[in-house]
Amino acid sequence: MTGLLTILILLGITIAIWQMVKIFDLAQANKDVTQIANDNDNRIHGYLMLAFLVFIYGITIVSFALWGDLPLTSNSASEHGPEIDRLMIISMVVIFIVQTITQFLLHYFAFKYKGEKGRKALFYADNDKLEFIWTVIPVIVLAGLIMYGLFTWTDIMTIDEDEDPIVVELYAQQFNWKARYAGEDNVLGKANVRLINLDNANILGLDESDPNAQDDIITTELHLPVGQPILFKMRSQDVLHSAYMPHFRAQMNCVPGMITQFAFTPTVTTEEMRLNPDIYEKVRNINKIRVQKSKKLQAKGEEPLDSYEFDYLLLCNKICGKSHYNMQMKIIVESEEDYKAWLKEQKLFKNSLVQN
Amino acid sequence: MSAQVDTHAHQDDHGHHPKETFITKYIFCQDHKMIAKQYLITGIIMGVVGILMSLLMRMQIAWPSQPNPIFEALLGKWAPGGVMDADIYLALVTIHGTIMVFFVLTAGLSGTFSNLLIPLQIGARDMASGFLNMVSYWLFFLSSVIMVASFFVEAGPAAAGWTIYPPLSALPLAQGGSGAGMTLWLVSMAIFIASSLLGSLNYIVTVLNLRTKGMAMTRLPLTIWAFFITAVIGVVSFPVLLSAALLLIMDRSFGTSFFLSDIFIQGEVLHYQGGSPVLFEHLFWFLGHPEVYIVLLPALGITSEVIATNSRKPIFGYRAMVASILAIAFLSTIVWGHHMFISGMNPFLGSVFTFTTLLIAIPSAVKAFNYITTLWKGNLQLNPAMLFSIGLVSTFITGGLTGIILGDSALDINVHDTYFVVAHFHLVMGISALYGLFAGVYHWFPKMFGRMLNKNLGYIHFWVTAICAYGVFFPMHFIGMAGLPRRYYTNSNFPLFDDTSNVQILITVFALVGGVFQLVFLWNFFHSIFYGKKAEQNPWRSNTLEWTTPVEHMHGNWPGEIPHVERWAYDYSKPGHDDDFVPQNVPLKEGEEELQH
Repeated sequence: MTGLLTILILLGITIAIWQMVKIFDLAQANKDVTQIANDNDNRIHGYLMLAFLVFIYGITIVSFALWGDLPLTSNSASEHGPEIDRLMIISMVVIFIVQTITQFLLHYFAFKYKGEKGRKALFYADNDKLEFIWTVIPVIVLAGLIMYGLFTWTDIMTIDEDEDPIVVELYAQQFNWKARYAGEDNVLGKANVRLINLDNANILGLDESDPNAQDDIITTELHLPVGQPILFKMRSQDVLHSAYMPHFRAQMNCVPGMITQFAFTPTVTTEEMRLNPDIYEKVRNINKIRVQKSKKLQAKGEEPLDSYEFDYLLLCNKICGKSHYNMQMKIIVESEEDYKAWLKEQKLFKNSLVQN
Repeated sequence: MSAQVDTHAHQDDHGHHPKETFITKYIFCQDHKMIAKQYLITGIIMGVVGILMSLLMRMQIAWPSQPNPIFEALLGKWAPGGVMDADIYLALVTIHGTIMVFFVLTAGLSGTFSNLLIPLQIGARDMASGFLNMVSYWLFFLSSVIMVASFFVEAGPAAAGWTIYPPLSALPLAQGGSGAGMTLWLVSMAIFIASSLLGSLNYIVTVLNLRTKGMAMTRLPLTIWAFFITAVIGVVSFPVLLSAALLLIMDRSFGTSFFLSDIFIQGEVLHYQGGSPVLFEHLFWFLGHPEVYIVLLPALGITSEVIATNSRKPIFGYRAMVASILAIAFLSTIVWGHHMFISGMNPFLGSVFTFTTLLIAIPSAVKAFNYITTLWKGNLQLNPAMLFSIGLVSTFITGGLTGIILGDSALDINVHDTYFVVAHFHLVMGISALYGLFAGVYHWFPKMFGRMLNKNLGYIHFWVTAICAYGVFFPMHFIGMAGLPRRYYTNSNFPLFDDTSNVQILITVFALVGGVFQLVFLWNFFHSIFYGKKAEQNPWRSNTLEWTTPVEHMHGNWPGEIPHVERWAYDYSKPGHDDDFVPQNVPLKEGEEELQH
């Protein structure tokens, strides 16, 4: 019934707008028979072009003023993070310079050269020198950005095995994450989804006969020691997922049938990050918003929201099905001692199996 | 074909056309002008469906999981109690993308204007094959019907994103929409590709073979260059998507393992072994990226024509414009990997694709600068079509610039698949191409229907749309850079993103206003078809050949002989002429030189 009513109301609104447009159309029907822009139109819309330029600048300024703290361009928590942030800021600066100038020229010319009866445009069809200039300038700017980008990319993606990174597997399934630590030997045991045996709790399909697998540790929280390089090996058991860790400027897809990898070194512990003034301010702001929302919820007789405390997160960032929007895992970066202590509390794979 | 070229034979045959019935004139018509109108109206209807879906998504994101009577009304069982289901959200994401990219901005844009303008602007009686042209439209119509019908299957339509990456799209166990809904999606797209190929081949052959006397390739209007190259890109890349779709059908229905391997789902191991989803990504994006230019180039072609005509100036740098179309076309086929930097492919490939991707910014920049220079010292007639063209250049720049970030593999790591991407491609290809479509409709409406659109309604339409487009997509960059992933049904499970929720509401408000104001266009369009002011033969005082045909449509386009072309299309405000335009069929005056171009 509500459905029908809503359709009727929407239909009513549509008809109302339709009729308003019709009245508008009829009201000025006989003023200009040609429907071609005349000098008056050119003047009005020339000025509006100028106003639109102001609007574009305005929305840029307002966006920066209101939401300038949103972009992740500072406070990265990984060793390579500042490199990406620096490149990002340089690219943004280039973009904003070009944007400001070209939008100005476009809209200013649209205003300045608005048509007048009897004036003749300049017949100006070609200028090789100009074409050359604005081919070469982008070439130079882009060459710089490409070089910088490629160095950064190679630097991030090259994995230095000599550094002895801690090997951790990120295992994705609809709709949660698991982490597998390689244990004392720092070698992950062989695994394949064909070996999954839910009856004895071999949930990640480890090869039970592989000696390297015995000391592996499977967890539902990701703990990382600060300052140590970590090599992530990604696996998925069902569909594509993407392991996205925005604070570490890290992301890699998890692909069924193959193992992908990404490495980084966390540099800031969770505790330190919580005390970072920017993050502290952000969390305070979020909690203000949550209090507001809670009030509304309570008015409706629903549970209020918990207050928020900052944590690093691993998110799924590749569409993976119904609960894609809630596929996350907490990441905790801590001192090496805390990390080792935590790891010790976890069950080794050989002890986690259920013996039938 | 020979009968079409032989003007005399055609003329004789034209006087008595006895068998013209309602069906041959309006339905199974082989006349390119009618087929163009059929494409346009089908495209507009699909556009309404696609935009409506985006508004439903926007309302869900802004007010997540709130009961909304509109959801209940429009989505029925998918919104029990008015609360949108998470599966249908993903279905909306998928079908919105598919409809807008393929059905509106490929078929609706290319189909309409290539059909209308290629014969008229090159001076041909019709397309090379009117029959294939008709078949192409009806295949498109059929695929549209199937795509929309997929909303009515039991388990819902395809919901794996418009990129339909397997295994999600291959396994009904992974997602309800990957059952019958995905089958219909694949069938619809296979038919669509057949339609697109028939259309493209026809455009290519027509441009190459049926140009009138004097219409050298170097005298072609930029619209035709754009449509021609677009058709070439389509012929090169669409078959690859077809092959990907066929292989996916094999995996889904016949147990092959092209894209699937080692899968454990819902408690069972599937038999697939040895395939790779990354292979599908390569095949998909080998079409998927050129597709961006299949959408964009016709819009840029239309803009070139509209800006030159309304600036009363030659388009600046004709040769550079053609060269950049060719460069874009070539580069567009070797940049697909920038969608896959973090797909797990070798990082070295990422470097190569970063390089080629940023190269494509150069011809794009040349085009933008040339448009701006065309305006310089012009005598701008700010008709609605002109406003949309200027708007296109504006969004093309704003959206294109952020491509520098996304094309850079190192930066892509952190903004990949976030709202930043959504903002980027909606501005650079969505809104820009849509503006191109609108510019084309406002400019050639008199040619299509013999009547004028109401300009004041056009002005309202433009300004509200322009403000809302920036209002929607500009702030979206910021929430994207905050790390907010796209395609999330709700963000309320991440308190981390609570500070983006107000931005989401603002965006939705802009989207709703912009969406509702498209009604102004719809009214203007459908009302003016019947009651618009009668158009003159050449209302915009334009040079191209389509304006030398009579206002009333006729088979064969020109009553007498086809005009011969004596000059290029851009002699606007040429010194030595009284008028500020010199149509292409006007012979050079004694001692007048044609520009070297």
